[in-house]
Amino acid sequence: MSENRQGVVPALLEEPFADAYTEPFWTAALEGRLSVPRCTNCGTFRLPPGPFCFECRHQEVDWVDLPGTGTIYTFTVVRHPLRPDLQDVVPYVAAVVELDGTQGAGARMTVNIVDCDPEAVRIGDKVKIKWDKVSETFAVPRFVPI
Amino acid sequence: MRYPNSSKPGRGAKRAVQDKTAIAGVGATPYYRRGESLPQTEQELACKAILNALEDAGLTTDDLDGFAIYSGSVDPAQIGSMLGVPEIRFAAGLTSGGGGAAGALGLAASAIVTGQAEVVVTLLTLQQAARRLGGTQVSGRRGGGGGGGGNPYGAGGVPPSMAFQVTSGAIAPGHSFSLLTQRHMHLYGTKREHLAEVVISQRNNAMTRPTAFKRDPLTVDDYFNARMISDPLCVLDYTQENDGAVALITTSAERARDLRHPPVYITASTHGGMGRWGSAIFGYFQMPDEYFASSGHRPVARRLYDMAGLGPKDIDVALLYDHFSPLVIMQLEDYGFCGIGEGGPFVADGNIRYGSGSIPVNTHGGHLSEAYIIGMTHMREAVEQLRGQAVNQVRGAEVALVTGGPAGLPVSGTILRR
Repeated sequence: MSENRQGVVPALLEEPFADAYTEPFWTAALEGRLSVPRCTNCGTFRLPPGPFCFECRHQEVDWVDLPGTGTIYTFTVVRHPLRPDLQDVVPYVAAVVELDGTQGAGARMTVNIVDCDPEAVRIGDKVKIKWDKVSETFAVPRFVPI
Repeated sequence: MRYPNSSKPGRGAKRAVQDKTAIAGVGATPYYRRGESLPQTEQELACKAILNALEDAGLTTDDLDGFAIYSGSVDPAQIGSMLGVPEIRFAAGLTSGGGGAAGALGLAASAIVTGQAEVVVTLLTLQQAARRLGGTQVSGRRGGGGGGGGNPYGAGGVPPSMAFQVTSGAIAPGHSFSLLTQRHMHLYGTKREHLAEVVISQRNNAMTRPTAFKRDPLTVDDYFNARMISDPLCVLDYTQENDGAVALITTSAERARDLRHPPVYITASTHGGMGRWGSAIFGYFQMPDEYFASSGHRPVARRLYDMAGLGPKDIDVALLYDHFSPLVIMQLEDYGFCGIGEGGPFVADGNIRYGSGSIPVNTHGGHLSEAYIIGMTHMREAVEQLRGQAVNQVRGAEVALVTGGPAGLPVSGTILRR
């Protein structure tokens, strides 16, 4: 636990426990790419990746590399450590981010915002992805302010 | 808003259900602080509440033949054998967690009006010594709290969605509701002062209530000095955690009229939510913009009023599920007591105060100040109000609203009348 530092939520997982639908996301993550499935029929992005488009029920997707930037849709500053390993981590920021290049809802990411002043974070802030490779098979998406 | 036309199912159900069944009995164990109900077992607490509720109705286990539950609180098989229930004819529950609280009464009513059962119990038993509801995601696995898969035949292990949730640090229900609240504040200007008014109003109600754990007076200064847990929520915005059980007995209106207490009629009960509300706060957060910062109750409320043939102006007392204070504000909006986004100023104007407000809310103190038995305390208070026996009796109360959730789908609402 000595490696824990303020603001950075420990990953807990060492692998993404992927299925056929989520595996391409995590494979791209290891290469530092944010790749998100887009419905080939109606163009709707969906996260987490899954078998059906929630707009048109189509199954086939294209995997699209996104710029990895986005906007904070909502957030919380967590100040109470709910687990012992979070003692040195609080206060930290957990946020819902809408990704540039997507329609927003249905393709949001719930992520830890790092390298930030928790007291200064606001809805509407621009952020960009910063991959944190925690094992040979798992890179955690975190976001930083820009 | 793109809500589906819901008048049809409301009308059909209105004819079938409205006032045809009634709550005839209510029973409970004492409420305990978390873990202090030991060495009783969780089923034992359930059985004690059931026996007390039957006694209150003037019935016995020989009359009991149905279970209409939520949150998977008990296994009717275990309760049936433990109490020697002669024959169980109905055993069903609403899916997910506390969101189904009020809606379980609709399930009971459905069982009775369709002739499947005659005397149906709805209950919740809670003992958090071994497990904590809404527990944190530890070791990559979900705690309880209704967001889990719940399929006993599932392979178990870590679901693929987990890798998208667990690293964010939003790991508990309170964090999730903080995310909704922050958005509500951003869109509508809702303030912490508004949350304080919900907390203080309910605390004032609890101060006179013997079953309440939090009875000390609370000021706005106390509120702002309280420890922050997850912005914008402080420790006073969070529910307590308790042990205990509460049970309600529902039967036909006709039979209820011959029993010990005046019937409390089930006028309407609905549950559900928009499909894309989905599991909402349980790691999902993909709800469309138009109702992201809401309680998820808006379509349920619309169908509820349709089924009852009533509107918000007809409600005399509102028992709104309050695991977190801002969700009271969002439900006031979704149930039409004020406009969308106007819940903060609405409470600040004193509208939810007992004795002086336009719609007294959580006259028992709610989860925040009385006790947390996942919605059942609200149903108990509704019954006491409509029997005219409440500690903080709303004068002339004839119609009560009680809700379950906000949570993942389904959330639920029920209108009761005397």
